[in-house]
Amino acid sequence: MADLDHGLAARWRPYRAVLSSRVRAQTSYRGSFALDLASSVLIGLVELAEIWVLYRSVDALGGLDLAAVLLVFGIADTAFSTADLFVGHVDTLPRYLRAGTLDVFYLRPQPLLAQLVTSEISLRRVTRIGVGLTALAVGLAVNDIAWSPLVVAFLVVVLLASTLTFAGSFVAAAGVQFFLVDASEMTNAVVYGGRYAATQPASVWGKPLVALFGFAVPIAFTAYLPVVALLGLPGAEWLPSWLGWLAPLAAVWTWAVALLAWRTGVRHYQGGGG
Amino acid sequence: MTRSGPGTRTAGGPAIEVEGLTRRFRVRGKGFARTEVTAVDDLTLTVGAGESVGYIGANGAGKSTTIKMLAGILVPSAGTVRTCGLEPVRQRRELARRLGVVFGQRSQLWWDLPLAESYRILAAVHSMAPQRERERTAELVERLELGGFLTTPVRQLSLGQRMRGEVAAALLHSPALLVLDEPTIGLDVLSKQRLREFLLAERAAHGTTLLLTTHDMGDVSRLCERVLLVDRGRLAYDGSLAGLSRTVGARRVLVVDLAVPAADLHGVPHAEHLDSEGGGLRQRLAFDDAATTAAAVLSAVSERVEVRDLSVEEPDVEDVVRRIYAAGGR
Repeated sequence: MADLDHGLAARWRPYRAVLSSRVRAQTSYRGSFALDLASSVLIGLVELAEIWVLYRSVDALGGLDLAAVLLVFGIADTAFSTADLFVGHVDTLPRYLRAGTLDVFYLRPQPLLAQLVTSEISLRRVTRIGVGLTALAVGLAVNDIAWSPLVVAFLVVVLLASTLTFAGSFVAAAGVQFFLVDASEMTNAVVYGGRYAATQPASVWGKPLVALFGFAVPIAFTAYLPVVALLGLPGAEWLPSWLGWLAPLAAVWTWAVALLAWRTGVRHYQGGGG
Repeated sequence: MTRSGPGTRTAGGPAIEVEGLTRRFRVRGKGFARTEVTAVDDLTLTVGAGESVGYIGANGAGKSTTIKMLAGILVPSAGTVRTCGLEPVRQRRELARRLGVVFGQRSQLWWDLPLAESYRILAAVHSMAPQRERERTAELVERLELGGFLTTPVRQLSLGQRMRGEVAAALLHSPALLVLDEPTIGLDVLSKQRLREFLLAERAAHGTTLLLTTHDMGDVSRLCERVLLVDRGRLAYDGSLAGLSRTVGARRVLVVDLAVPAADLHGVPHAEHLDSEGGGLRQRLAFDDAATTAAAVLSAVSERVEVRDLSVEEPDVEDVVRRIYAAGGR
């Protein structure tokens, strides 16, 4: 067991060295770091206010009332911001590709994707996660939930799975960048559009959105469907309410797509018939 | 041909083995048109462990493409490549432990961190034991004279300081093969000199195999005992630098100082006027040893003007390379 611990520590050492130095670099300028943290909170609050304004004029949207939507927002925003903190910076890949600095990663004995993911950490997202968690806590308090160990386990699994789904969508978008070098706006539309869509009831989506965020990038599974399942709501007719239990499956699917996209992208970069 | 190096400490086979190596790129033209460009064309060569080799050629001759295939960044279109006995693409992570590369234009360092911190991270990246890390870092800091700016963020370093820092970064894990892609580009004379002296010492101490691409013939003549010349992706010459000069016919240069300024000395038999200084007071003429002698050129010049002083410059390698290209029909 001690050997195993030692092996893990040794294996983790390259990544830990980079990450801890990034953390020190980001926190060394206290003033600007504080500003970053504050602006992160502000953006989170503005998005929350948007929902509140919307529900000032309607009582329910797509079968969800304000309390339920708060829960959807809380789960989606917490998961997305956590994914953004750890993986979001992979969207700088086009810059590496243009400058040729990706080649430097080839000279280090770790997998490329693992190096890219651990090359940075976006600490300022911490406060954004705080906003998400607050919305989630309030959402859990104001909704009528029949608490049980199963419900707690469900919430934990959903949060983990949703974070992984969003992280996977970042990686999939990065894989596509190998082909589109100058079209990161397009993949950003899917990734950040997905985040926005995740905070809304999926039952109001049009058909193209359902195809995109229901299945291709399974954003509906990150927050909306789990909340429908948790609160025992009727949900949309095209998505039965038990689908919320399949959040982990959505994460697995997203990562399968993400790793395939990444692999194909790297092959294309190396010119191996990609 | 000079093939054997003095330092053959590295056990096992050659450092680089390349056979029939070819790399084609599809280049996008207008609309959907694609043309295929062959960047590296049927290259076959071997570099033994401990050798020091200059890999030279014009821009676009295929040097960087070759290096990328050696490092496992690019997959060859045809042919085979083995670096340090490994298949670069398939065994990239293993190769990374034995190979160091300095890209003249791309930094391995973290621009917002001091060198000391970058080396600490790189030591972790290469899983170096703490004692080895301390010894190796101390050795490189001393030999490359990095001590004065070890705690300065990389973005504040001069080009010469940064390049020395880059070389130390590539050598930290003691690779058996060091590839340098234009290491002295943009450096001043003194920085170049220091870097070359360091590379000679590093090779003598550790038997490191060196492969360097360069436009600077000073690098080649100071550092390399063997020259590989690529032209349009093909190997045009493989041998010693002296042999290269002999192959194309070495041109020596006669420098004459005149008593009074004169018009440019064109039309001297078997000699070519290169340039004039001081309004024609000092003139340089290139001549081919095989066709004439320094004495013959001097007497032809003396018939036209009064010579006060003279010197003879030995073959200029850049001139040699230019002539190889000219002979190749450029």
